[in-house]
Amino acid sequence: MTTFFENLTSGSMVFLIRQTLIYAVPLMIVALAGIYAERSGIINLALEGIMIFGAFIGVLFVRLVQQWGWFQAVYDADNYLALQGFMLLTMLVSALLGSLFSMLLAFAAINLKADQTVGGTALNLMAPALVLFFVRLLVNQNTLQMYTGDSAGWFMLKKAMFGYGRTDQPGFLFDTFVNKVYPATYVCILIFVIMSVILYKTRFGLRLRSCGENPQASDSLGINVFKMRYAGVGISGALAGIGGFVYALTTTNCTANGDVAGFGFLALAVMIFGNWKPLGVAGAALLFGLFKCVAASYGSLYVLNSAGEKIFFLKDMGINTNFYRLLPYLITLIVLAFTSKSSRAPKAEGIPYDKGSR
Amino acid sequence: MNKTPFFQKPGARSVMASVISILIGLLAGSILIWIVGLISPTISAKGIWEGIRLVFFGLFSTGRNATGALTFGFNPTNIGNMLFRATPLVLTGLSVAVAFKTGLFNIGAPGQYLAGTAASLFIALSMSTGSGPLYDWLVAQGNTPALTFAPWLVWTLAFLGGMLAGALWGAIPGLLKSLLNINEVLACIMTNWIAANLVTWVFDVSTLKNVIEGTKTGYIYKTSFNNVATSKMGLDVLFPNSQVNGGIIIAAVLAVLVYILLTRTTFGYQLKACGSNRFAARYAGINDKRNIVFSMAIAGALAGAAGSLYYLSGNTEFFWSTYQALPAAGFNGIPVALLASNHPIGVVFTGIFMSMLDICGLQLTNLTAYNEYITDVIIAVIVYLSAFSLLFKTMLGRRRKAAAEAQAQPRPEPDATPEPEPQPQPLPAEEPVLLQQPAQSREQQPSDQTAGEEENA
Repeated sequence: MTTFFENLTSGSMVFLIRQTLIYAVPLMIVALAGIYAERSGIINLALEGIMIFGAFIGVLFVRLVQQWGWFQAVYDADNYLALQGFMLLTMLVSALLGSLFSMLLAFAAINLKADQTVGGTALNLMAPALVLFFVRLLVNQNTLQMYTGDSAGWFMLKKAMFGYGRTDQPGFLFDTFVNKVYPATYVCILIFVIMSVILYKTRFGLRLRSCGENPQASDSLGINVFKMRYAGVGISGALAGIGGFVYALTTTNCTANGDVAGFGFLALAVMIFGNWKPLGVAGAALLFGLFKCVAASYGSLYVLNSAGEKIFFLKDMGINTNFYRLLPYLITLIVLAFTSKSSRAPKAEGIPYDKGSR
Repeated sequence: MNKTPFFQKPGARSVMASVISILIGLLAGSILIWIVGLISPTISAKGIWEGIRLVFFGLFSTGRNATGALTFGFNPTNIGNMLFRATPLVLTGLSVAVAFKTGLFNIGAPGQYLAGTAASLFIALSMSTGSGPLYDWLVAQGNTPALTFAPWLVWTLAFLGGMLAGALWGAIPGLLKSLLNINEVLACIMTNWIAANLVTWVFDVSTLKNVIEGTKTGYIYKTSFNNVATSKMGLDVLFPNSQVNGGIIIAAVLAVLVYILLTRTTFGYQLKACGSNRFAARYAGINDKRNIVFSMAIAGALAGAAGSLYYLSGNTEFFWSTYQALPAAGFNGIPVALLASNHPIGVVFTGIFMSMLDICGLQLTNLTAYNEYITDVIIAVIVYLSAFSLLFKTMLGRRRKAAAEAQAQPRPEPDATPEPEPQPQPLPAEEPVLLQQPAQSREQQPSDQTAGEEENA
């Protein structure tokens, strides 16, 4: 029994939870972005592109602000609260620009009634191209980095900030959820909760969802379908922009290179997996994050046996790394195969709204 | 007067719409170059002008002369390289186009491309031809291969194997779609990443990693190490000092075959019927489920052929650690197909056009302060525009019609420009019908337009 408890609070477990959250949170918030767009009736295949764009904007903003020296004094004074303010500001900028970028899709899909899949693909092509074009012009290489320092140094919580010494053991909960954690993760979870509540518990949310199910009926009740769809795509762009920046911040050390390793597409899968519902999406994202985490670090995961020795069970099984890497995708496909019968997409998604049609 | 004016024909209007998209795309690229040039302190007005000229005429660039000015002229190396790079683009474009014609969005071309690449390389490198550096090395190691085959046989088997692997990989999303009703876009995305990891895995444990050239880590042997390479078919004489080979001819032949399949056979008609309206096709007695699988398999085979031909050229090296990024050649098939309005023969031209942009981009990187990613921006703009290419087609049709009317009647105004519209024109569903949308066939469009015009009038 003690072994079981020790396992639960071991360093491996701390690492697993922390890392899973880091992977799951961008997926979660970008999948919610997908929900907002699709629930309003627009298929947002451009999530990947908006993430790439948001990541670039975020990193660029951090870089510029550092270059101007705005937060240097704060950084030197170790005022981590002010630094978190800086991070929030960056998230806001990423959200705004992500939203702006998504307007390209909204315009094509809503006003011009263009094919939404093609429009989304265009944005997916546009984002990395623009990002790489500007990154190359700015720094003459393919990766844009922070001006000084790294993302952990600027934006990560450390136990020293709470008065713990180097050798202090502040306990399992502190270790897992505070130490070496990016508060951006919790901000994203907060945003996720708030936006989910807005989607389900407010008049605006209900109207938005109605436009994805039966826009003709919504229109007959005086709801402006075009406006609602613009709102859906705009919020979607903002959330995906935040997701992109948080991805860059937490997993690639605040760099932008026109790539988010397919996270935008994965978020799309998570959204469908979660059946277009926030709770389902949260669960699916956590599951996905867990698999991603195992794939990235299966070699260092261990359980303690009764003698207290570390057993690297996944490493000892001798399965090729690549198997763990492809596992999340394979599992998604298998789960989709089992759940596709019961999955329920918004009825009017992908169909341009035409006032004249019945 | 001519009974059907040239510009009223749907084909001509598609071409015009694409040409307009291309011109706007190039213009957008030029504007970007201009703006960046204005902002950047290091780029002069002369630099901007050079950048813009290279975007349009980079294919004919011959470098700089003694005074440092750009020179232009016939450049066989550029044209040869353009044709070489066009080969995979044409084929992945065909792959996407075939799927579009049957109502499916094949975003899985990168995975199928990888499957084809892996199968081709495996066959081309493990069936020894009894000559080449790889054979010599094996002999030196004391592992003389027991069996040797003729190079042409190895090439043929490798090419067919690549197509087969692509077809099988493409059939997976097809099966998932037809049997379990999983959205093919999602299934394709998943199979892409599974393929990327699987290919890495397969080559990771293989003996095909290049160990002869010690400096090359992460690369598979070139197929020329086993004396296997696509025949040049005389094209190297036409375009000396370039990478061109017979692959582009094979791609063109495949395009013609696909065209014949789609327009002249019952099977092709069935495929298109499923694309236009799956339920109507089923009602007419067509096995829609089977056709979805076949269509994805054909699309996969074409994308597989793309990877196969690119790496069988003999002088291209495959970076096997593919799990981090999917091959761009797969995704670029989407703009190629869209720009060609999914016409199999048109794909050949748009594929060559896209690779021309590639060459322009390289010239831009080599000769100016700009970089090749501007061409990706241009491609993205073109795709974005092609998303509502129908708008252009409608506008073109209306303008021509207005002009024709103005000619027939005593003209009321000197210019018959369309009036500014208070609200956007209600358009019929976009031509490549995706997901499960009910479709409207091309023939219906003119009547829809007139209806739309009346509504707005």
